[in-house]
Amino acid sequence: MNNKDERAHDLRMYFTGFIAAVILTALSFLTAILQPFGSVGIFASLAVLAAVQIAVHFRFFLHIDVSRQKREELQLILFTGLIILIMVAGTVWVLGNLMTRMM
Amino acid sequence: MTTSNTNLRRHPGLNLGPSHGKAHEEAESVVFGFWVFLMSDLVTFAMFFAIYATSIQATAGGPGNADIVDVTSIALQTGSLLISSLLFGVATVAMKYHSSKRVVILWLLASLAFGLCFLGLEIRDFIDAAEKGAVPMRSSYLSSYWALVGLHGLHVSVGSLMILVVCVQIAFFGFASDVKTRVLRLGLYWHFLDIIWIGIFSVVFLPGLLS
Repeated sequence: MNNKDERAHDLRMYFTGFIAAVILTALSFLTAILQPFGSVGIFASLAVLAAVQIAVHFRFFLHIDVSRQKREELQLILFTGLIILIMVAGTVWVLGNLMTRMM
Repeated sequence: MTTSNTNLRRHPGLNLGPSHGKAHEEAESVVFGFWVFLMSDLVTFAMFFAIYATSIQATAGGPGNADIVDVTSIALQTGSLLISSLLFGVATVAMKYHSSKRVVILWLLASLAFGLCFLGLEIRDFIDAAEKGAVPMRSSYLSSYWALVGLHGLHVSVGSLMILVVCVQIAFFGFASDVKTRVLRLGLYWHFLDIIWIGIFSVVFLPGLLS
């Protein structure tokens, strides 16, 4: 691959990510504005769209993927994810419980 | 082997590649260190999200989620952040392929302009909210709302300032190897703020349209 091809490849990466992000964002906003399903369906589709868009940003803007040699940053993301899962789930559980008792 | 080596990724974000010599060598450790910072920042944001989620009903009779969302403004803010991120990506690609200082600085300033558009719109929304009586002191819900959205806005402000700082550094020192790795790290930070924003519009703003 020569220099010019590599440059085109790098730029294509950012533009692909950008177009995918714009489409996913538009879908999220349209779901919330048009409200095509019931509220459970809307929350579920917002969650799925957000998760896909986060994956797109990691892949195309932060250049994180699962196949290359360097794995530390991926492991760090997964570990951070675990910490977040424990802390957020714990907070929502305990404080959420407290909130329902206060209401 | 040499051809595959040029594509070998050493760290998150755009890799400069072997033609950058020292900067490419140094980038591996400094960018990884910065990545550790970003992930700990992610934990901080996650806790702000958790607190927001638990206090969503604690409005104490004051303005709630639905009263403060201006969907046009949020859409424009999202668009500005995305375009800003794309332009920053283009700036780093230009730097990687040895474009002139002027070209890279222009792309960075274009990115900064959209970052400032975002901040302007966000500040306008905050002022609108305050005029409706949705100030952070009003209720537990509003405290967590201002803290979460404000923390992201603060990050964008610091990022905007840093874009200006690296532009000045490029202008004065040229592409010294530490200036180049600094641009890479700032790029990661800027793209990372986009990811947080996805969480904010999906958790804070769009659900506000439903109620």
